Amino acid sequence: MAYTVARPKLSLGERLYFPAVFAGMKITLKHFLAMLTGKTKVTMQYPEQKWDTHLPEHYRGAPTLVTDEHGRERCVACQLCEFICPPRAITIKPGEIPEGDRWRKVEKFPKEFEIDMVRCIYCGLCEEVCPEQAIFLRKDYAITGLSRAEMVHKKDRLYELGGVMTGLVFKWNEKK
Amino acid sequence: MTDILIGLLIALIKGVGLVFVIILPMVSYTVYAERRVSAMIQDRVGPNRVWIFGLGQPIADAVKLLLKEDFTPANVNKFYYWLAPACAMAPSLMALAVIPFGSSLLGQPMVVANVDIGVLWVFAVSSLGVYGIVLAGWSSNSKYPFLGGIRSSSQMISYELSLGLSVIPIFLICGTLNLPNIVQYQIENGWLISPIWLKGISLTGINFSLLASSIFSGHALFKLLLWVPLFISFVVFMVSMFAETNRLPFDLPEAETELVGGYHTEYSSMKFALFFLGEYAAMITGCAVMVTLFFGAWHLPFFPTDPQQLPPLLGFLLGLFHIAVFFAKVAVLLFIFIWVRWTFPRFRYDQLMRLGWYFFFEIALANILLAALILAFEPK
Repeated sequence: MAYTVARPKLSLGERLYFPAVFAGMKITLKHFLAMLTGKTKVTMQYPEQKWDTHLPEHYRGAPTLVTDEHGRERCVACQLCEFICPPRAITIKPGEIPEGDRWRKVEKFPKEFEIDMVRCIYCGLCEEVCPEQAIFLRKDYAITGLSRAEMVHKKDRLYELGGVMTGLVFKWNEKK
Repeated sequence: MTDILIGLLIALIKGVGLVFVIILPMVSYTVYAERRVSAMIQDRVGPNRVWIFGLGQPIADAVKLLLKEDFTPANVNKFYYWLAPACAMAPSLMALAVIPFGSSLLGQPMVVANVDIGVLWVFAVSSLGVYGIVLAGWSSNSKYPFLGGIRSSSQMISYELSLGLSVIPIFLICGTLNLPNIVQYQIENGWLISPIWLKGISLTGINFSLLASSIFSGHALFKLLLWVPLFISFVVFMVSMFAETNRLPFDLPEAETELVGGYHTEYSSMKFALFFLGEYAAMITGCAVMVTLFFGAWHLPFFPTDPQQLPPLLGFLLGLFHIAVFFAKVAVLLFIFIWVRWTFPRFRYDQLMRLGWYFFFEIALANILLAALILAFEPK
């Protein structure tokens, strides 16, 4: 059922419109002058000032691959990250670790590992799903490039961004 | 014959100089000012990247607009589609021809065309500006521009009435339509926004007998009465000017929240830029007219008014100073335009029409009567 909204009764001053005009202009002038005299706090001037040092530990930036303290790659090319990646940004070409190698028991290593940063949505599922803690979302957020090809991070770039991560990893454990 | 040619040449130099040296840079920096002031009113920073304080922004904008793809949609009426941007830009620049933007420079009066129908020319030409918008809206063959064009035509026609009527008291008082003469009147009798000027005060000293007579004569007190119609004139003129230049709170023709972009939705690149610049040029023209009619044009109290009475170099500097004074006044009014734009919400269409036809039209008419009555009883 339709019902009538009671209109507020306006006083003469309100109906004249002009007092409100000047009240409004006073407010905007106040903001203008506060900004002019530098009283207003403004946003950070981005490229000169950055928040990088304040980024929290759990910040989800660009996904990267990490090596351990011995310079060994952690990834076993299990492709779980490739399968879970919602925008399908990850492409892995697994290679086989040859017979007689000391780490033959690891079986696979990534021959190629590509993350398409045009597609990546920084969701962190790859990091979450990785059984070997090989992929981490680091703090790089300004990923730019002049072409689509440039935006695809190859394996060497991923390791360069990722750096070293120490801690327990299963695949280097002889007993596991 | 040679006199005519020399006269033409001088007028040409003045016109081209005015447009390309003063107005066009002023237009682009008004856009910059608009962006910075709006940002500051909204507690933002605004464009501050290009050069110091972002002062190179207009140049960067111009380069961007020139390099963009100039796209003509397939279903537009090509002839009018191409004509419209020029129609939007040209009238506002043409109207500047009769504005006295300075006293004189090198013996030449600083007005491109010193004609007796000054103000009529301004109104006649600036009302042509609506054709640019209507043609753009119609030839675009698209719904939003069409709505914008319709709104604009009815709005501009409605407000032209009160715009024209509101300045009639000025002509009743000054007895002339010639803008330099109106300025001369203001120099002698005070700016028309407050037509009481105490004669006898100058930089060189105070002439007490003239001062006393200007205060105590019935004539001066009578001038005080004229303040009332002139102030009403000013308010009506200013509000109508807002509507005439399609500025908020009357920006219904382009109302980007309702009509996408209004009449220039289908335009791109330099054609869009012409609409954009035309709007700001119209603003500057409007402010220049307002300065000329109400704020004494290039006149600043306590400063000498005639460069020709001074030695040549000083006279030249004074001439430049007068031009600077004029455009400083215009800049102050432009700031008010921008300030108002970022304060008020848009009027609804029926409110706009009601305001134009029921209030400002009537107020302007009554104001003419009031001014005429006061003048009729003026002591001789």
